[in-house]
Amino acid sequence: MALDSQVPSGPMSEKWDKHKFDLKVVSPANKRKFHIIVVGTGLAGGSAAASFAELGYKVTAFCYQDSPRRAHSIAAQGGINAAKNYQNDNDSVYRLFYDTVKGGDFRSREANVYRLAQLSENIIDQCVAQGVPFARDYGGELANRSFGGALVSRTFYARGQTGQQLLLGCYQALARQIGLGAVEMHGRSEMLDLVVVDGHAKGIIVRDMVTGEIKSYAADAVVLATGGYGNVFYLSTNAMGCNVTAAYRAYKKGAFFANPCYTQIHPTCIPVHGDYQSKLTLMSESLRNDGRIWVPKKKGETRSPNDIPEDERDYYLERKYPSYGNLAPRDIASRSAKEVCDEGRGVGETGMGVYLDFSDAINRLGEDTIRARYGNLFHMYEKITDENPYQVPMRIFPAPHYTMGGLWVDYNLMSNLPGLFVIGEANFSDHGANRLGASALMQGLADGYFVIPYTIGHYLAGVTPGEVKADHGEFKKSEEDVKQRVHKLLSIDGKRTVDDFHRQLGRLMWEECGMARNEEGLKKALEEIPKIRDEFWENVKVVGENEELNQCLERAGRVVDFLEFAELMCEDALDRDESCGGHFREEHQTEEGEALRNDDNYTHVSAWEFTEVGKKPNLHKEPLEFEEVPLAQRSYK
Amino acid sequence: MQGVNASPTTASMPARLLNRSIGKKILMSFSGLVLLGYVVGHLIGNLQIFVGQNALNAYAVFLHSIGAWLWIIRAFLLAMLIIHVWTALRLYFENRAARPIGYKRKVYQEATLSSRTMIWTGIGVFLFVVYHLMHFTLIITNPQYSHLEDALGRHDVYSMVILGFQNYLISAVYIVSIAIVSYHVAHASKSMFQTWGLNDTNFEKILHPATVIFAWLIFLGYVSIPIAVLTGFVKLPEGVI
Amino acid sequence: MNLTLYVWRQKNAGDKGRMDKYEAKDISPDMSFLEMLDVVNEDLEREGKDPIAFDHDCREGICGTCSLNVNGVAHGPEKGTTVCQLHMRNFKDGDKIYIEPWRAKAFPVVKDLIVDRSAFDRIMQAGGFVSVGTGGAPDANAIPISKEAAEDAFDAAACIGCGACVAACKNASAMLFVAAKVSHLANLPQGKVEAKRRVVNMINQMDLEGFGNCTNYYECQAACPKEISVKFIAQMNREYFRSLRYKEK
Repeated sequence: MALDSQVPSGPMSEKWDKHKFDLKVVSPANKRKFHIIVVGTGLAGGSAAASFAELGYKVTAFCYQDSPRRAHSIAAQGGINAAKNYQNDNDSVYRLFYDTVKGGDFRSREANVYRLAQLSENIIDQCVAQGVPFARDYGGELANRSFGGALVSRTFYARGQTGQQLLLGCYQALARQIGLGAVEMHGRSEMLDLVVVDGHAKGIIVRDMVTGEIKSYAADAVVLATGGYGNVFYLSTNAMGCNVTAAYRAYKKGAFFANPCYTQIHPTCIPVHGDYQSKLTLMSESLRNDGRIWVPKKKGETRSPNDIPEDERDYYLERKYPSYGNLAPRDIASRSAKEVCDEGRGVGETGMGVYLDFSDAINRLGEDTIRARYGNLFHMYEKITDENPYQVPMRIFPAPHYTMGGLWVDYNLMSNLPGLFVIGEANFSDHGANRLGASALMQGLADGYFVIPYTIGHYLAGVTPGEVKADHGEFKKSEEDVKQRVHKLLSIDGKRTVDDFHRQLGRLMWEECGMARNEEGLKKALEEIPKIRDEFWENVKVVGENEELNQCLERAGRVVDFLEFAELMCEDALDRDESCGGHFREEHQTEEGEALRNDDNYTHVSAWEFTEVGKKPNLHKEPLEFEEVPLAQRSYK
Repeated sequence: MQGVNASPTTASMPARLLNRSIGKKILMSFSGLVLLGYVVGHLIGNLQIFVGQNALNAYAVFLHSIGAWLWIIRAFLLAMLIIHVWTALRLYFENRAARPIGYKRKVYQEATLSSRTMIWTGIGVFLFVVYHLMHFTLIITNPQYSHLEDALGRHDVYSMVILGFQNYLISAVYIVSIAIVSYHVAHASKSMFQTWGLNDTNFEKILHPATVIFAWLIFLGYVSIPIAVLTGFVKLPEGVI
Repeated sequence: MNLTLYVWRQKNAGDKGRMDKYEAKDISPDMSFLEMLDVVNEDLEREGKDPIAFDHDCREGICGTCSLNVNGVAHGPEKGTTVCQLHMRNFKDGDKIYIEPWRAKAFPVVKDLIVDRSAFDRIMQAGGFVSVGTGGAPDANAIPISKEAAEDAFDAAACIGCGACVAACKNASAMLFVAAKVSHLANLPQGKVEAKRRVVNMINQMDLEGFGNCTNYYECQAACPKEISVKFIAQMNREYFRSLRYKEK
């Protein structure tokens, strides 16, 4: 099947404007007849749901949290990019676009990225109007900082809690619409299946997580804003509840999953400290603005960091990348950390850590300045590790953080299943093989506020409202499937806990499909995963019943999908026989150990079509063309 | 998750004062302020005792001389007292209802004892006021002093107070009661500024200590009278039994 | 270390509920409080028993989902910390730990330690927003906002909506939560426009939800994991004063 990206013709800078005009518009009187389901109410879903409601569509929104205010967008610390050029440092839409395409290692769709850069400006305006308390200078203007591998200061921030403030802005807009009765909100509800009727997405099956009721909801379009799948690694910086279920269920119903192997490992997280660990904590990348990363030159160093003299330290990022230094992009910084740890120069009890040292910055700027910039992060670090980073260098290690892969969407953010739209981290489109810092918030809000409100109208203008009702046979069938799956889970009554399986899967994925991958390891993982899955279905113990709040059952349902999805991820990683961005195949690296792309064979999006559990999915390729930014080896030296 | 009621901004101002939680705070604070003003005024009047028999008795005569005004003031104070007590009781029962199931373990970190016991110290203050009125104003509890007159033929309040406080039991009740009043005032005066929204960054530095000092002044001022009587610093004039 | 837990168990909203005793064995001081509960729960699951249900999600102190009253204090003994960021090094071997849900009429228990905080959502729906739609916003720098105002707004906006203020308050009052939102928006020119309407509507909804009244205990600010100050309650009181005569046309 040919994948049509629907990218409009014309010069890059005019594509979106031209396309917007070409999109059909639903008349105001007709909008209320159309019903849209939004699943997930973080930055992307929340902003989309609020915007739809403002336009007059009938909206029903779902989230697994008790309130939309708790979506994991809230945890983003550093900031949000926008090409405002407020700092007069020669930033522009084009530069943000260029940086993002290059940062994504030439595996994203140029037209989408350009649009993202254009819309970045509107996002800041919108958020300020909503009352988001961005940091400001004494003159009353917005403050900016440079962030995560950018040479210009284009990042807007609200202390270390930018994600929280943006989400609250979006939640408030959504709350307003809920209060007005324009959005029907269902918290503590989990989507367990997508319903497709005659090839069109027409609704979902939802489990009420309090009563256990499994119910059908029909609509004219379904928007998935369900985030990423980082928890396939068990340990990640994602919230405990983040899962792949909604996206994976859509995949099983025919939506293509694109580039699942593109996962981002964030370089600055607090290292793992024990088997019982439930999640990893991210320390904002902004720390790299003032902190210097190093490891001892000597293997098996036992001295405490402050006793190691300057000439016995290896500031490896500064050494390898003189121009970017500690600000090298995430994938590079993470891989370099893994490299030095693999060499046996890692620090901390486990040897899986590197130092992030602020002593130079404290000497230069004073402790007060550092406290003002990173006080909350230092505080958090101390709380978790019981070490004072003002005196002892922090220990950091990379951790799974963001997933660039996701459901395939065209320029309209619609999947190959008409009527199914996918936005935010759940889609694949804008970040290529690696996401730059402060871009996730930008993408989520661009999709939700400024793209999908237009593009969904184009689709809806072509369908009859309310065509399919929740009593349609397909709904009944899906409901039955879901109920059977739940019943089966509860009746296995094996010996091992759900988390036990999740941990096992996570460890395997981290080893074989984590920061660095190779053919042998991936093949091994592809053999192992089905075994774990088989054992799961025979030996898992899920206690309790369906007709109650059952957290054990919730987790089990999610792990079921991770167990299948992991296989897809490894298939993709194996198929993509090149290194690019966050996907690093050890077979393909330059002499200096950099990712080596194979542009001749892999300048495409790999979109996978589900066939059968345990069977290899079908691959569809969307070729990527680079008109504006010529393909080049990334260099941050 | 939905179902917000229609806009209440059309409600009238009295309704917003009487029925909304911040409205009740405002009522508490203003009625409390008036009562506090009375406590201060009463103290200043009482302290005339240190000036002498003539001053205190003259003050009493002055109070009675304003005639109708006295009753207006008394009615106003009574109204404020009723508002204060009525609102306090409403708050108490509403607040209890807001937590139908309590904690097995509960530790307070910042809430002071005086703040948590306002309803009880309040009841204490109320009982004391009743007793105090029966003692000195209505002269029911110790009627034997009601006929005292000074050399000018005025009701001899001065001697009545001294005779009263020479009774250790009465003095003890009075001192304990004043302690309760001051304890009540300690939280009340601080709380009042918070309710009026005057708690800004300077508050902790200036107003908070000021309210504590104020409560102590009230306590010391009132208690100075029975102490002065008991220690013989203030004595009965010649000729009174 | 080994600990004895006394945990509130309640099958559902209709159940009466009781405190049950559990032993937590071999707990590492580096664990978070919730990881300690995970360990207890996995043991329960292995035995086929119903694990202790508790709310949690981000586990990094920002989503506001976790909500445990630990030894009589909302979010436990460490100041300025959500219970997910509370580490076991705050306890010692042999400790007895009481774990209870938030207690308030407006926060009914859903199961065990999980309560329903949708009352907060409804308060927000009543007015906790700026009435601007998507699109049409002026340039972000069009209205200068002083650094101080932005900082003040942020201090209030840091609220994570966890409900610890309600849980800690003797009266189960939601004033600090509401004050944080009212003050956040009132401190910014964008939010000032409808400040009067907002405070009246939010207070009204707060009362309808069955929260208690504020009697200035300040226990809320002591329990707040984001250390939001009661001076914002003072600010809200001012806003309410100003709005007393406000009437919607």
